[in-house]
Amino acid sequence: MSIGFVDTEEKHSKLLAIIEESKSKPGSLIHVLHEAQDIYGYLPIEVQKMISEGLDIPLAEIYGVVTFYAQFSLKPKGEYRISVCLGTACYVKGSDKLLDKLKEELHLEVGDCTADGKFSLEACRCIGACGLAPVFTINDDVYGRIGPDDVPGILAKYKD
Amino acid sequence: MKSLEELKAIKEKALGDIYVRNVKEATGNTDGKTTDGYRAHVMVCAGTGCTSSGSVTLIKEFERLIKKAGIENEVKIIKTGCFGLCAEGPIVVVYPEAAMYCQVKPEDVAEIVTEHLVNGKIVKRLLEGVEKVEDETVTEEDLEGSDFFKKQQRVALHNCGRINPENIEEYIAHDGYFALGKAVTAMTPDEVIDEVLKSGLRGRGGAGFPTGRKWAFAKSSVSDQKYVCCNADEGDPGAFMDRSVLEGDPHVVLEAMAIAGYAIGADQGYIYVRAEYPIAVQRLKIAIEQAEKYGVLGDNLFGTDFSFRVELRLGAGAFVCGEETALMTSIEGHRGEPRPRPPFPAVKGLFMKPTILNNVETYANIPQIILKGADWFTTMGTEKSRGTKVFAVGGKIKNTGLVEIPMGTTLREVVYDIGGGIPNGKKFKAAQTGGPSGGCIPASLIDTPIEYDTLIEIGSMMGSGGLIVMDEDTCMVDIAKFFLEFTVEESCGKCPPCRIGTKRMYDILEKITSGRGELSDIDDLYELADAIKNSALCGLGQTAPNPVLSTLRYFKDEYIAHVVDKKCPAGVCKAFMHYNIIEDKCIGCGKCARMCPADAIVRTEHIPDGHKLASMAINQAKCLKCGACMEGCKFNAIVKE
Repeated sequence: MSIGFVDTEEKHSKLLAIIEESKSKPGSLIHVLHEAQDIYGYLPIEVQKMISEGLDIPLAEIYGVVTFYAQFSLKPKGEYRISVCLGTACYVKGSDKLLDKLKEELHLEVGDCTADGKFSLEACRCIGACGLAPVFTINDDVYGRIGPDDVPGILAKYKD
Repeated sequence: MKSLEELKAIKEKALGDIYVRNVKEATGNTDGKTTDGYRAHVMVCAGTGCTSSGSVTLIKEFERLIKKAGIENEVKIIKTGCFGLCAEGPIVVVYPEAAMYCQVKPEDVAEIVTEHLVNGKIVKRLLEGVEKVEDETVTEEDLEGSDFFKKQQRVALHNCGRINPENIEEYIAHDGYFALGKAVTAMTPDEVIDEVLKSGLRGRGGAGFPTGRKWAFAKSSVSDQKYVCCNADEGDPGAFMDRSVLEGDPHVVLEAMAIAGYAIGADQGYIYVRAEYPIAVQRLKIAIEQAEKYGVLGDNLFGTDFSFRVELRLGAGAFVCGEETALMTSIEGHRGEPRPRPPFPAVKGLFMKPTILNNVETYANIPQIILKGADWFTTMGTEKSRGTKVFAVGGKIKNTGLVEIPMGTTLREVVYDIGGGIPNGKKFKAAQTGGPSGGCIPASLIDTPIEYDTLIEIGSMMGSGGLIVMDEDTCMVDIAKFFLEFTVEESCGKCPPCRIGTKRMYDILEKITSGRGELSDIDDLYELADAIKNSALCGLGQTAPNPVLSTLRYFKDEYIAHVVDKKCPAGVCKAFMHYNIIEDKCIGCGKCARMCPADAIVRTEHIPDGHKLASMAINQAKCLKCGACMEGCKFNAIVKE
């Protein structure tokens, strides 16, 4: 399910200001992309075009950079972003089973967002909470030392 | 900052403010209070590990209850960096007693405040290392804590948990920026490089290249502009040493980079840090701002003509950017693809100018080497691996967390003495070091000393410091597949050996773990591994086959078991697993059939002797191997084999 791109005057001028102050610094593209993603939540083609014109870098190159790095997203994220840690410490303690359970509960594949824009699911690299393995996060909340059976209860807290 | 005298004055003042924590060095306070009037400090770990286990709530609770007790002018709460014992987090240390409380819950705060901070009685049951409370008397031994801390030697982490990382004065109180002052006012660049060379310090990021030699190469390159870079793009799964240094002691990196800049003749530094480390990024930003304000970064440092500035660059989630040339292309704003070497970065690096790149932990050793001398540093570790190494110990081990040990310590000491052994009475099977570039150390080699060269000899590597412990429930073929899946995903795609080769190796492992393997597949793995090692462009590709080669070296029998016997000895690979119902134990209640999501369990017609109902049986063709039936059975009648 794709959600159309919505721009506002405020967001637009914020991005233009960042482009302006970064223009003269060498190698500032990745910094601008980070900032743009903070503003819009993701990097749709419309935003990439604005950056391309502002920094005078070909759109193809920008698209190349956006798709190279895992942090940048072409798709919008859900209101609640769920990330399951698949770092080694979590993996050996069964975080793959947590991920399977989340997929089943939300009817989602990794990288996608539910139709109502509420939940998105991703698998991430080690977040460093290895002492709590296995771990997943919902926005800034960390859930650790849990098993697949705990998943429905945790999700219920966010559902209404 | 005009002179060392000015820095000394700041140190004197700062020592007074931390008097309750640092009784030895500080002078002039006779009433037992800090200069700003506090009699106790409560240090709460605000590293990522403890934040995840709830230290932010604790801080709020301490603030509330200390205020309620009316002692907010006597007791100060300080956020600090990682103590290392993440499994026991959140951790709180109360000074002047240095009482370390672990697994502190919000409901424990009231007791600490009333008993310890108001009545002066240490809460024994919460002390780290105290397992049982028989009487309430707290001995010196109780305060020393467990073996986890006793066997460690903290050099790179010496300030972590000891200072407030967001306050430059606390860093200065512990001799911060004195090494930089000494270097620029009393040493020539060559003398700085000589000291680092003599210390024998080797890169802590993985490959172990001598740091002094790297600096000497960059110094000898002639150019109008040179750069100093810091690799804080810690990407090995399960490794978080660098993050802890950045979160707990960010100034040490800035100071060391400035020293490196002085040594090679650079005035600009870049720290390339993972965007996934928001706390570290925030602390670095604060540190840079404060360092500029105090004049320990900027123009004409310590009244000399040496100037140095540091800029932060955020990564964007690409493992390959930990490779030095890829990191530089990424700072330049491009896709993080590696470049062929030579030319080496010391000749043509960032923006095609001579550049040195060291990792966070390497830098964390530099100020102390300059201040205390190479001779002090060489007293630690072994002849070819000097100093200490930090490991992030995780997996199937009791004390997960951060550990700093002298080089040459054996794996056994790390796993059993510091790590507290394997939980649930399981047997140690292997330890994995070096992440996706490293290999396994099997139980038979557990007495190997941890040094750069011995680890390479046994087919693993030091790596950046991830150390994952595995027990008998871990399938080595599955682990090799896990690491290869990581490399396949993180391969940048520039060179075919890595892009195509690792994928083909992964496919073969997938074939083996799903029960379709043949003996010739093992030969193909060797051949592919050899080709990739010899022809990939960068370190990521060249080392990608290591997890497969090292598991083949020590656990070939497991590969054979998968291929020939069609069995997974550890019971991990689903394709080989079967759930069975033991007829004699099954009372025929039918709960398993109701739990089964695939309708794979049906009632037989056979009623065992002494039972009332016919027993259940699993239709193996329909079974999804989810294990729901086994979890649901109260009579232990279902087994996994």
